[in-house]
Amino acid sequence: MSTALNNNADGWDPLIVAFCCNWCSYAGGDLAGTSRMSYPANVKVIRVPCSGRLNPMFVLRAFQRGADGVLVAGCHPGDCHYSTGNYHSRRRLSSFKRLVEFAGFEPERFEVRWISSSEGDKFAEEMEAITGKIKALGPNRKMRDARWQNVT
Amino acid sequence: MPRTGVFICHCGTNIAGTVDIARAIDASRNFPGVVHADEYRYLCSEMGQDLIKNAINENNLDRVVVGTCSPRMHEGTFRKAAAEAGLNPYMLEVANIREHCSWVHRDIEEGTPKAIALLRAAAAKVALNDPLDSPELEVEKRALVIGGGIAGIQAAIDIAEAGYVVDVVEREPSIGGRMAQLEKTFPTLDCSACILTPKMVEAAQHPNINLITYSEVEEVKGFVGQFDVKIKMKARSIDPVKCTGCGVCYEKCPAKAPSEFEMGMTKRKAIYVPFPQAVPNVPVIDRENCLYFKKGRCQICAKECPPQAVDYEQQDQIIERRYGAIIVATGFDQLDPSSYGEYGYGQHPDILTALEFERLFNASGPTGGKVVRLSDGKPPKKVVFIQCIGSRDKARGMNYCSKICCMFTAKQAILLKEKVPDAKSYVFYIDVRTAGKGYEEFQRRAAEEYDVAYLRGQVGKIFPEGDHLVVHGVDSLSGKVVDIKADMVVLAAASIARADAPEVGRIVGINSDSYHFFNEAHPKLKPVETHTAGVFIAGACQAPKDIPDTVAQAGAAAVKAIGLLSKDVLKGEACTAIVNQAECSGCLYCEAVCPYNAINHIEIEERYHEEMHKRTVAEVNPSLCQGCGSCSVACRSGSINLKGFTNEQILAEVDAICLQR
Amino acid sequence: MATSSKTRLVEEMQKQSGQDPNGCFQCAKCSAACPVTAAMDLLPHQVIRYLQLGLEEELANSKTPWVCASCFTCAARCPRDLDLARMMEGVRLVMLRRREGNKFGPADLTPEQLAKLPQQALVSGFRKYNK
Repeated sequence: MSTALNNNADGWDPLIVAFCCNWCSYAGGDLAGTSRMSYPANVKVIRVPCSGRLNPMFVLRAFQRGADGVLVAGCHPGDCHYSTGNYHSRRRLSSFKRLVEFAGFEPERFEVRWISSSEGDKFAEEMEAITGKIKALGPNRKMRDARWQNVT
Repeated sequence: MPRTGVFICHCGTNIAGTVDIARAIDASRNFPGVVHADEYRYLCSEMGQDLIKNAINENNLDRVVVGTCSPRMHEGTFRKAAAEAGLNPYMLEVANIREHCSWVHRDIEEGTPKAIALLRAAAAKVALNDPLDSPELEVEKRALVIGGGIAGIQAAIDIAEAGYVVDVVEREPSIGGRMAQLEKTFPTLDCSACILTPKMVEAAQHPNINLITYSEVEEVKGFVGQFDVKIKMKARSIDPVKCTGCGVCYEKCPAKAPSEFEMGMTKRKAIYVPFPQAVPNVPVIDRENCLYFKKGRCQICAKECPPQAVDYEQQDQIIERRYGAIIVATGFDQLDPSSYGEYGYGQHPDILTALEFERLFNASGPTGGKVVRLSDGKPPKKVVFIQCIGSRDKARGMNYCSKICCMFTAKQAILLKEKVPDAKSYVFYIDVRTAGKGYEEFQRRAAEEYDVAYLRGQVGKIFPEGDHLVVHGVDSLSGKVVDIKADMVVLAAASIARADAPEVGRIVGINSDSYHFFNEAHPKLKPVETHTAGVFIAGACQAPKDIPDTVAQAGAAAVKAIGLLSKDVLKGEACTAIVNQAECSGCLYCEAVCPYNAINHIEIEERYHEEMHKRTVAEVNPSLCQGCGSCSVACRSGSINLKGFTNEQILAEVDAICLQR
Repeated sequence: MATSSKTRLVEEMQKQSGQDPNGCFQCAKCSAACPVTAAMDLLPHQVIRYLQLGLEEELANSKTPWVCASCFTCAARCPRDLDLARMMEGVRLVMLRRREGNKFGPADLTPEQLAKLPQQALVSGFRKYNK
C-alpha cells in the first residue's frame, strides 16, 4: 500500500486534508457539489463540528502521515454557529502556523480559510488554489514519518 | 472487533456515474472491521433502508457506514433506519461520496479512489464510535417575556391563550412601551392608544398573565426548559393592593422631574404614573426626586392617600422563578441627534425629534394636543422634516436604514395638515422607502393630497433668523440649493438599540450585531430563535421595525415558546463534551472558552497516599453543551473529549485518508 | 453620454485620491454643506455623479473642481465616509497633468535650485506637472 512514496516527482500527486466545520465550510463544500463545480480530487474533507474543534495535533498528525497540505476551513469570523469558536481557532492556528515555520517546516502547506455555506464557488476555488500551491511546493518530505508507512 | 457494514448508494447515476461502485465495494471489504459490503440504487428509499436493516440483523452488524450524499442531507434518515434495526443511531457514519466526490470530480478514475478514501475514513471512524444518548430535560411550563411593549404584550397574550402561565417583566412603571407614546399609526391613522389600550388591559386581566412592572431581570441561569431567573422588583413605595389609582397623590405632590414618557418636554411629579392609561394604574415614587427621600420631610402623598397605600419603607425585592422559555422584547431607542452640530438640535426649542413632535399631537401631551411651536406657542406654518438623521450614515451614525422613518414622516406631515390646515411641509429625503401593505399609497397621499413637498437631498445647516429657522439644503433632482424659512424642524432620528442591550444580551445569553441589535439564529429560516435554545426575540430589539412586523414577530416567538412548553421532556444534543476527571488538572481554560456556560467546576474528593484530598475539576452540563468542541482543544491535559467527534475518531480519519499511498 | 463605468479620468482620480465614487448614494449632503456652491456650475454631488457615469468631458468643462476651496466640510459630513475634497483634488491633478504635460521635472532645475528650494514645494510641483 505504501509503495508509491514518491520521491520521484513524476508519479507524485499531492494529498491534501481539509478540516471543514459542519455549519459553514462543509455546507459550502456541499453547495460546490450541488452546483456541479469541479475541483481536484486531491483534497479529502474531514467534517468537524466547528473550526474551534481543530486541535493543531490533528494537523501535525496529517503531516506525519504524509499529507502534503492541510486546509482548515470555518465560518467567517463573526458568523460562527457556536458564536466564538472560530475566534479561538483564528488565534490558535495563526500562532500554530508561525510555530511550524519556526520549526523549519514550510508554513505554506498549512492554510486557514473562512468559507460560508453560501460560498460554493469559493470552496471550489480554495481547493483548486491550495492544490496548485502544494503541487508547486512538491511533496512533504520534512514532516512525513516514513516508519509509519512501513508499519501499516 | 467491530462488525461494520458498508453500504454504497448509486444515487441513480449521480454517484455511480463517477465512482466505480464495484471497485469501491471490493476495497471496502478490506477495511479493518468490515464484515459486510453492499450497494443499492437508491439507499434512502424504503427498499434501500430495508436492505440496511436486514443486513444489520442477518450479519449481526454493530456499526454501519453509508456512502451516500452529504450527512447534512440524509444522516438523520439512515440513523433512524439503524435505530429501527436495533442499533444505537450514533453507530452510523456517512461518507459523503456525492457532494464531496462524484459531483465535483470529472471521471471514474478521479472519483473512485477518492470515494474509497472517504469510505475508509468513515469506516475507521465508526470503529471507534460509542453508543450515545441524548440527555432528557424536563420543561418548566411557564414563560418569561422581557419587555412590556407591543411585542411583549402580544407574545404574552398568545402564550397565555394557549394555556401557559407567562410573566411579563417591564422596567417602566407601566406596560405599553413606545407604541403608547404614539398618537396615530400608519398607514391607517388608527389612534395608537385606541388599539393598544385594550391589549394592555387584556394582558393585565388575563388569568395566565402576571405583570411584573418597575422591575428588571438581573440574572438568568440554566438552560432551555429550565431557566432560573432572578427578577429585581424595584421598590414602588406604593402598596399595589391598597392603591385604587385615584390620583390624589400625584395631584398634591410638590416635587417635579422631567417626564420620560413625554421625552422630557414636560414635567411629571415625583410620585407619578407615566401616562393616564397606564397599566397597572399604580403610581411609583421616584426616590431620586422625592422630597421625603431627599430631605426627610413632606410625606404629603402619604397624608393625602385615601386608602393609605403609600409605603416609604418598601424595599427592592428579588423574585426567583424557573421558566421553560424566554422571549426578549426590549424594544429600541431614538438616537440623540445633538451630536450632529449642523442641525442645531438641543439649541433651539423648535428643532424636535420625531418622537417629540409626535407627543405634540397627543391630547395628554405637553401642549394638550395643540401643534404649536414650543418657543412662542404659535402654530407652525412651515415645517421641515429631515430624514435619515443618523441612519444610512456609516461615518457618524448607523449604516443601516431605520425602516420606519419614511412612513412616520409621511404620517406626521398628514397629521400636521389636519391640525394646522394652512401648514406646509417639506421633507428632505435620500430615498423614500415604503415597502409594506398600503404604505406606498399612504406616502403618495401625503405628497399628492396633503401638499407635502418632497425634496431629494439633505440639509447642510439650520440657523435661526428672527423668529424663523433657516434650513439650508439641496434638492438634488433640480440641482438647486434651497433655503427654507421654517417655523419648525423635525428630525427623523435613527432607531437604535437600547443603551443597555449589550448588558441584557449578556444576562440572557444572546449575541448582538455590531449595532447591538439582538441576532436571530438564522437571518431567513430562524427569525425569532436565538443561538441560545429556548430564548426567542421579538420586535425592535432585533432590528428597527414597524408595528405590524413587530406584532407578527411576537406571534411567531410565542408559537416557538408554546411549542417548547407543550413538551414534557426535551431531547438535548447527544454529541457533548465529557471530562475525564481523573486527568483534569482544574485549570478551567475550558470554562473560559465555553460559549454556553456549560462547564462548571466542582470539588471532588479522592484517596491519595491513604489520605482524602479535595481537588477542583471541570464538569460539563450535557443539557447545556451544544457540542462545539472548543473546550476539548483548550484543555491542556487533553482530558476533555467531544463525544461523536473524539480526538481518536478524528485522528483515525486522518490516518485512513493518508493511507491512500 | 459616455456611461462606461470607469474612464481614464476616473481611474486616475481614484489612484490619486484613494476614493471610490461608487460609494456615493447621492444624498447631496455635500452640496448642502458646501459653503461655495453659489460660485459653482455643478453642485458637489453632481461632480460625484458625473464621475460615477464617467462624464469626462463635461467634468473637464466644469468650473466646480476649481472653485472647491478644500474646506473638507463635505468630507466631514458625508454619511458614506467619502472624502469629496480629495476627489476634487484628484480631478484637478489629473486635469493639470493632461493640460500641462511634463513641463516641470527635476531635469528642469539646476543643482543649486534643487538644493535650495523647499522640499515640499518641489514635490508638489513635480506631482502637479509630471505624468
